[in-house]
Amino acid sequence: MKLPRSLEAFADRSQVFDLVNPAVRSPKLDVSHGTILYLEDITVSFDGFRALNDLTLYVAPGELRCIIGANGAGKTTMMDVITGKTRPDSGTAFFGQSIDLLRLSEPEIAQAGIGRKFQKPTVFPEHTVFENLELAMAGDRRAWKMLCARLTSEQHDRIDEVLALIGLAAQRQAPAGSLSHGQKQWLEIGMLLMQRPALLLVDEPVAGMTPQETERTAELLVSLAGQHTVVVVEHDMDFVRSIARTVTVLHEGSVLAEGNMADVQADPRVVEVYLGEPA
Amino acid sequence: MSDRSLVSRLMQHDLGSRIFIGVLLLVGLGMPLAHLLLPESSFLHPSTYTLSLVGKYMTYALLAISIDLIWGYCGILSLGHTAFFALGGYAMGMYLMRQIGTRGVYGDPVLPDFMVFLSWESLPWYWQGMDMFWFAMLMVLLVPGLLALVFGWLAFRSRVAGVYFSIITQALTFALMLAFFRNEMGFGGNNGLTDFKDILGYDLQATGTRIGLFMVTALALGLGYLACRWIVGSRFGRVVTAIRDGEGRARFIGYRVEHYKLWLFVFSGVLAGIAGALYVPQVGIINPGEFAPLNAIEAVVWVVVGGRGTLYGAVLGAVLVNYMKTYFTVAWPEAWLYALGTLFVVVTLFLPRGVVGLLEKLRRQKA
Amino acid sequence: MNIIMARLPLTGSIIALLCYLMWWPMQAQADEEGMPEAGMPDEWVQEVVTDEFADMLAELATASFPRKVELVNTLQLRGWPGVRDALAGLLEGELYFSQEEQPEGIRVYVVSGREGDFTLLDPVTQQTEQREALSGLRRITTNNPLRRNLRGAVARFDLLDESPAVRRQAVAELRRGLDSDAILLLRERLVTETHRGVTRDIEVALALYDLESSDAEVRLTALEVLSGELGNDVYNRVQRLLATDASGEPLEPDAAVRHMASLAIDRIEQRRSFFGFLETLFFGLSFGSVLVLAAIGLAITFGVMGVINMAHGELIMIGAYTSYVVQLLMPNHIGVAILVAVPAAFMVSGLVGVLIERGVVRFLYGRPLETLLATFGISLILQQLVRTVFSPLNRQVQTPDWMSGLLRFNDVFAITYNRLYILIFMFIVFALLWLVMHRTSLGLKVRAVSQNRAMARAMGVRSDRIDALTFGLGSGIAGVAGVALSLLTNVGPNMGQAYIIDSFMVVVFGGVGNLWGTLIGGMSLGLGTKLVEPHVGAVMAKILMLVFIILFIQKRKQGLFPQKGRSAEGH
Ligand SMILES: Nc1ncnc2c1ncn2[C@@H]1O[C@H](COP(=O)(O)OP(=O)(O)OP(=O)(O)O)[C@@H](O)[C@H]1O
Ligand SMILES: [Mg+2]
Repeated sequence: MKLPRSLEAFADRSQVFDLVNPAVRSPKLDVSHGTILYLEDITVSFDGFRALNDLTLYVAPGELRCIIGANGAGKTTMMDVITGKTRPDSGTAFFGQSIDLLRLSEPEIAQAGIGRKFQKPTVFPEHTVFENLELAMAGDRRAWKMLCARLTSEQHDRIDEVLALIGLAAQRQAPAGSLSHGQKQWLEIGMLLMQRPALLLVDEPVAGMTPQETERTAELLVSLAGQHTVVVVEHDMDFVRSIARTVTVLHEGSVLAEGNMADVQADPRVVEVYLGEPA
Repeated sequence: MSDRSLVSRLMQHDLGSRIFIGVLLLVGLGMPLAHLLLPESSFLHPSTYTLSLVGKYMTYALLAISIDLIWGYCGILSLGHTAFFALGGYAMGMYLMRQIGTRGVYGDPVLPDFMVFLSWESLPWYWQGMDMFWFAMLMVLLVPGLLALVFGWLAFRSRVAGVYFSIITQALTFALMLAFFRNEMGFGGNNGLTDFKDILGYDLQATGTRIGLFMVTALALGLGYLACRWIVGSRFGRVVTAIRDGEGRARFIGYRVEHYKLWLFVFSGVLAGIAGALYVPQVGIINPGEFAPLNAIEAVVWVVVGGRGTLYGAVLGAVLVNYMKTYFTVAWPEAWLYALGTLFVVVTLFLPRGVVGLLEKLRRQKA
Repeated sequence: MNIIMARLPLTGSIIALLCYLMWWPMQAQADEEGMPEAGMPDEWVQEVVTDEFADMLAELATASFPRKVELVNTLQLRGWPGVRDALAGLLEGELYFSQEEQPEGIRVYVVSGREGDFTLLDPVTQQTEQREALSGLRRITTNNPLRRNLRGAVARFDLLDESPAVRRQAVAELRRGLDSDAILLLRERLVTETHRGVTRDIEVALALYDLESSDAEVRLTALEVLSGELGNDVYNRVQRLLATDASGEPLEPDAAVRHMASLAIDRIEQRRSFFGFLETLFFGLSFGSVLVLAAIGLAITFGVMGVINMAHGELIMIGAYTSYVVQLLMPNHIGVAILVAVPAAFMVSGLVGVLIERGVVRFLYGRPLETLLATFGISLILQQLVRTVFSPLNRQVQTPDWMSGLLRFNDVFAITYNRLYILIFMFIVFALLWLVMHRTSLGLKVRAVSQNRAMARAMGVRSDRIDALTFGLGSGIAGVAGVALSLLTNVGPNMGQAYIIDSFMVVVFGGVGNLWGTLIGGMSLGLGTKLVEPHVGAVMAKILMLVFIILFIQKRKQGLFPQKGRSAEGH
């Protein structure tokens, strides 16, 4: 079988695939100070309700960061702020040293190198799996360029590679709308890979996946870290435990605790508000 | 030969397109030939009336394609496409008006009759240059295109979408209609532009001119169709459909949705303008009634009836509905609005994919 | 009211303005009551005079015109009761005489009523009788000099009337032909007059007369009185003081008077333009009320349910036709018919609305563009149906008596009653609708379903019934609006189309899903349109309004009062 082999190859850190390298799109991305994402004092309120409350968070390049928190803690809202979907009432958000996220539109942020997988899988249902990946592929996104754009054989290969990686090679010509929930999750991950972003925001990637698939996802995310920066939101604690290096706990819109899994789990405040029962 | 290969590539795996192009070739060449060669007594001889009727249908078909391009593929429902159609028509009408010269009722060499009637002294600035064919044709493209550009830029930039967009396009064409009804606008007010004499020196009433116009229209329809087919078949087209199905998602993978929508809208507006420009010399008049919101919605219904998102469905719908209209307005005028109204309801309720969808379903059931 | 004002300053001021406008005439009326006038002749005189009075009337019937003038003058000096009736009757052409062989000879009557139902009043005996026809009676003829004389004579009587309104009318009448007699009379009256308005009118009349004086001092004082006076006659007369003759010489020799006159004209023009502005404001409010009425049903179907109902205009049209039909059914009770038409139109349009919802719209929830097309088809069918049933021609709905006429504040500012009533009617409809939406369980359920259909259903709300009722409510309100509009415009198959785009504009401009937004949006669009109209013309004003909204939606696509929350943002 082709699939495990490529996955294996993927996990092999000695060999760096072209496709895992972040596409150098924005020369402005400057991580010289050892931080790729700065969120400072971000406040977002909806009708007086503060979904994010003075949230401050730093992420280092190449890090794999897990974010946990109860329902409604503001995790998705935080990603909305980073990707430009929601504008905060106050605070600053920088991508690297110089890119002010609050001044950019969603597509500009995406082109600057931030990719996102949504909590609810959103793929283009009428397009085939192959076309979904093609659409997500890194490259020039200007309208008139698209009129004559044709796939190079390299790009073709890259799509095939990702198809194999996400296990959807057999469905390449199937409309994405016909996929199962789990397959859509994979397709979204595949689209994220095609984008080759410097920073990946992954919202609940394993919801609806079998334990085996969860494991595969974990491996994939771990292999991506290093070359990319990955921020994962997940409720599945086993999954978090299996991949986590640094964990951030969000509670009522601000950071409650941060550290490695063991420390966080031992923190009585975290135990109280999130993990529920004593560990 | 590369042209041929491009055309055939565009129609790969596309039975509908092949049928459409075939029929268009047959009609575009066959009807004029039959008109010229067959004796008038012959059953197959198309009269000049039939020729101009089919010519008119073809301009409607082009309008329908332009609507289908943005609605079927990008989900933008414009209820104001007749604005572009009518503007294209007015640009052509202005050219034809200036060709009348001294043959008008008042015999003024420069001023059209209605301006003499309003006792205007000189030609308004926007009528300057319209006596030159190339310039007028440029305006046919530019004016609708510019309106689409400005309007689309405003609307898409601030993310006006869905029914809001539909409603403000309707307001747009309504406002334009009111404006063109005003005599002070300098477009002939209520009566519009009419009494045309000739185009490029050829008498508009002459059979040869009519056949020429007919064939040019067929050509424009064919080229317009292929251009749309090319657009929707390109990666640009796939992005556009992606925007239709998940605008937010398309943004988050880095597409500037506004730009795509805008260029598609502008192209569609220009196409509608060309359709209007071809319509005017064949029917001999353009008046503010062409802006009516009712017409715009009717054109949308052609697309629904044919089946949206297929392009050839739009052509089929335009021809079907207009044939019905021609039939009803002669045979049973009072019933036409009942029929049209029922058509709206029945098609949206029972035939969401139109006649083409129905045919496809039947074909699949057979297979 | 206080809450409303605090929350919405604009509504507050609109309501305040309205209250003020309504209070004004009431105040004037209140002034007019009270102060009964003395001066009616006593009982006993009657006995003695009847014969003389009857004889003079009998002579009047057939006398020559110059003799008639003499008789009228004598009659008015006598001042018997009934003389005014007779003179006024003569003036209006309602004075008839009989030539039947009666012992008393010729008798004279004041006739009122119409064919089949005449009332005859004998001015001498003050007795009335009813007659079917006027056979045997002939009208007493008048000519222009006689009528002028009569007008003055009647005015003299009215100057003594109990009601200040009648007295003011009389002064106005005298002002039309000021002579030394009239001045004498007015001077006399001025001494005893206690009502401020009448006093002022008399002073103006005297001042107008004084302008003819040869004494410049007198003219100056007169001008002081006239400064700022709004009557057309005053304006024209004062303007004449500034005129020049053919050689360019001023007609008014005195420079001080000319200066004063030009000051007076300035003041008059200032006040005129102020009242002109008030009038524009009222037109704006009135047009705004029409817009709100037309749009408010849509605010329910589109705003609350999210259904694009292109047949909304036709539901208005159906309401208007209902009002027409009700009038046809009650030809003798036009005044009541309009009141009956309101609930009737609500029922008819509401029913049609429910049918549309059950038959078509419910299959298309969540597909707004398809709904738009299907309901547009329905609108075409309804239009054609009306053409088939009634004819393609426009129909006229009669304005009942109690709604017609002018509420006149002065020569330059008057308000038509029907527009005023429609403005008030709009506020009533709005208030009722607001109460239904916010104070009844139906309203609560409607809002619940509109916010979260699945959730509402899970909590036991029968959402399909609510949908039908809501749609019916919105449609019924459209019908009610149709009744109001039928009083302002012709009722025809195309009338719905005239309102549909405006209605959508109002709802979108005000903010979808917000009744207050519709009210404020409609009123401000109405005001805005009418304020620019004098400068650019009606069509251009309309175009500007559309362009303004198109641009406004670009800036604030949620309208004036955006809906909040996650659901409003889509995904
Ligand atoms: N557009 C919005 N309008 C109103 N409230 C919102 C909006 N978006 C988020 N919220 C509120 O903000 C809070 C945080 O929401 P968010 O989706 O960020 O939570 P989350 O941490 O992702 O939860 P979950 O684990 O369930 O996904 C919630 O209480 C939510 O109701
Ligand atoms: Mg979430």
